[in-house]
Amino acid sequence: MRNNLVSATLWFLPLVFLGLFYFYPLGSILALSFNRSGSLLQPFLDLLASAPLRGVIGFTFWQASLSTLLTLAVGLPAAYLLARYRFPGKSFLRALSGVPFVLPTLVVAAAFDALLGPRGWLNLGLRQLFGLDAVPIHFVNTFAAILIAHIFYNTTIVLRLVGDFWARLSPRIEQAARSLGANSWQTFRHVTLPLISPALAAAALLVFIFDFTSFGVILILGGPRFATLETEIYYQTTALFDLPTAAALALVQLLCTLALTLIYTRLTSRLSRPVELRAPSVITRPFPSRRARFLASVFLLFLALFFAAPLGGLAARSVTRLEGDRGQATSVQPGLTLDYYAALGEDQRGNIFFATPTETVRTSFLYAGSTVFLALVIGLPASWALARRGDALLSRLLDPLLMLPLGTSAVTLGLGFIVALNSPPLDLRASPLLVPLAHTLVALPFVVRSLAPALRSIRPRLHQAAAVLGAAPAQVVRHVDVPLVGRALIVSALFAFALSIGEFGATAMIARPEYPTIPVLIYRLLSQPGALTYGQAMALSTILMLVTGGGMLAIEKLRVVEIGEF
Amino acid sequence: MKISLKFLLCSLLLGALAACAPAVPEGPRTLTVMTHDSFAVSEEVVAAFEAEHNADVVFLKLGDAGEATNKAVLAADVPLADVFYGVDNTFLSRALDGGIFEPYQSPVLADIPDEFELDPEHRALPVDYGDVCLNYDIAYFADNDTAPPANLEDLLKPEYASLLVVENPATSSPGLAFLFATIGHFGEDGYLDYWRGLVANDVKVVNDWETAFFTEFSRWGGERPIVVSYASSPPVDLIFAEEPVDAPVTAAVVSDGSCFRQIEFVGILKGTQQRELAEDWIDFMLSTTFQEDLPLQMFVFPVNPNAQLQPEFVNFLIEPEETALVSPADIAAHREEWIEAWTDTVLR
Repeated sequence: MRNNLVSATLWFLPLVFLGLFYFYPLGSILALSFNRSGSLLQPFLDLLASAPLRGVIGFTFWQASLSTLLTLAVGLPAAYLLARYRFPGKSFLRALSGVPFVLPTLVVAAAFDALLGPRGWLNLGLRQLFGLDAVPIHFVNTFAAILIAHIFYNTTIVLRLVGDFWARLSPRIEQAARSLGANSWQTFRHVTLPLISPALAAAALLVFIFDFTSFGVILILGGPRFATLETEIYYQTTALFDLPTAAALALVQLLCTLALTLIYTRLTSRLSRPVELRAPSVITRPFPSRRARFLASVFLLFLALFFAAPLGGLAARSVTRLEGDRGQATSVQPGLTLDYYAALGEDQRGNIFFATPTETVRTSFLYAGSTVFLALVIGLPASWALARRGDALLSRLLDPLLMLPLGTSAVTLGLGFIVALNSPPLDLRASPLLVPLAHTLVALPFVVRSLAPALRSIRPRLHQAAAVLGAAPAQVVRHVDVPLVGRALIVSALFAFALSIGEFGATAMIARPEYPTIPVLIYRLLSQPGALTYGQAMALSTILMLVTGGGMLAIEKLRVVEIGEF
Repeated sequence: MKISLKFLLCSLLLGALAACAPAVPEGPRTLTVMTHDSFAVSEEVVAAFEAEHNADVVFLKLGDAGEATNKAVLAADVPLADVFYGVDNTFLSRALDGGIFEPYQSPVLADIPDEFELDPEHRALPVDYGDVCLNYDIAYFADNDTAPPANLEDLLKPEYASLLVVENPATSSPGLAFLFATIGHFGEDGYLDYWRGLVANDVKVVNDWETAFFTEFSRWGGERPIVVSYASSPPVDLIFAEEPVDAPVTAAVVSDGSCFRQIEFVGILKGTQQRELAEDWIDFMLSTTFQEDLPLQMFVFPVNPNAQLQPEFVNFLIEPEETALVSPADIAAHREEWIEAWTDTVLR
């Protein structure tokens, strides 16, 4: 009873937040949409009767499943190598893999375009090498582009979830199996795989959720021939203004996500009590043979290249002249330039919305700082409640709710803000506060996922010991909990920070145009003709990559490897 | 910046989200103008209005023209702003049917040609226009010794196979305008056949103007020398070139009804508390001060014939004499149906 009371107190703030800024807007727009059709059931019946819409649902599952499988295929070997071996550049690789995760799609699309587009470095190189007239590699608007972009975005999830768990897993059981005569495949199949399976399944589910609700990748890199639930909701809403159909699709997507998050949270709660754990430093060892080192190096180099090449291609483009003499459009141009960076600071048009890169970075940091503040203030009590022993019923019910915003259609929720938050004291539609509020919805699950395990790791005996020695409850928190949780707090703060810096959709939704964030300004620069403006977009994207990359590297340096679910 | 910082910190610290409403009873009145992402204006132009009317103008950007219109309609009961600028003739009926505007017969309308006034009740007043036309890469056709396309029909010929990239009308405003150009040109009975012909001739469809222009268009190293863009794109390309250029590298196809004219409107949102100031703002938008600022900020043309166009904008400009006509009533009645029919024909 008392247990539940404490849980309820801890859940109060997170619930008020989710209620006001998630459930209330979402409920409002769904209610309004179904009212328009006059019936709750009809839009669903129409949906079921429509072959194209059924096709959309089918394709959404198909592309998400395939993307998830491929992401695991790339991520698992890497997770194994990161978990079990010592090699230089480990935290760099982890940080590198985390950069795409927080970049907005338009930057990732520009990065792939810089590498694989008709005038990307690869095509330019091949054309010059073989004197080709036609473009040899077609990447943009293919199914492969969707899959590769999804792998690019989400491999880091597998590295973090599976890699970390694997890194703590004591190798003794495996050694026992080997000494009993099992070969390495049998050991993996019958010992390791069952042991890592909760982490594996949790990673697969999280990757699946992201692929399932993917929007920008499908729209920009996939192109008009591919439609998922999320892009179809956008199409039905914006092009057709068919709100009932959009709402039915949004609910289908939401229910699927809810089911997935329920499974996910069950699995991750199992992660916290695994068989036998060791500090990773005890477990990692150098590569056993030259051959193993060679094979691992080839794979790791390939992986690093996979992440670095598009990002590097984009950075290279930001310092290369786009326009040379006539006829050079299809060849590599020699001219290096910093003009694009310089031009970022010049206001060519006298536009009232002009912002220098410094101002833009400052705005982005301000929003990100507010996001960190909100996400920690709300995330900390939620994590505390989740970490409490005894598995309060409330926590078990509410845990999946925190994840739900990740799987909710941003288009729908954006309209929900317009419809619901329209009267004092909550008329936030024109308020800059809406940006950190929306970012907090996105960052909250990640904050909670790194804080809860850290809080769980504090053994009650420490509290008891401190109390016995005469510490007041406040002193226990200050001298026991804060130092233990400090690093996890910093890591989740950095995560919230990086997510906010790179976020575009929610920011563009209600951005006060005089204060553009970095991604919003990139979008603005990309939407007008002219070599100079395109170059500026590349330059600003590079700045964004460096900022987020720095954040990711800091996370690696501060991370407590023993704990943390994400 | 300062205001935003104070606003954020104040709100966050107090925790009470509503406690920080900008409480300024005295001093300038605030006019909120909601608009689309492409809106741009010179700082001194807005400052002139603010000084003259003792007002603060706050802008809100709410997505592209279609998204902003949807949001204005959904917020009809409690308007997001006092004025909405940026709904165009392709989405006008959605705004008018949504009943979001209060009529206002601005005195400046007397100067503006009747062809732009699509709403006889003066709920939506025309501000500017732009023509969506085919653009082509001049050098590509010179190098290959072929003539650039002269009209829409040319695109069906074998020599123009695999040369065209267009935007999806469901996701792109120029894409939708080009669909209307084909409907105006070939009629409601003929446009789908035309699009079947384009598909047979290997037209490429992408979702957004950025991909069409910067990835697929041969001027930027893509493989398609013909792209759907604006009549104003060739001069804008020169204005924002890296080095001063004296000859255009792209041109627009403007012959006999192959372009579609987008007209953008402004209106006073129903329920505004600033009706008088909103009227002043609309008069201002139609005045030559604002109208002459339009071309180099948004690359569109003023509807007020008294506005002078800047030479760098006009130098390499080719304007269509006659554009494809689709009546506002037809657009209102069939827009969604046409988009769906196009999607079924071209994409599925």
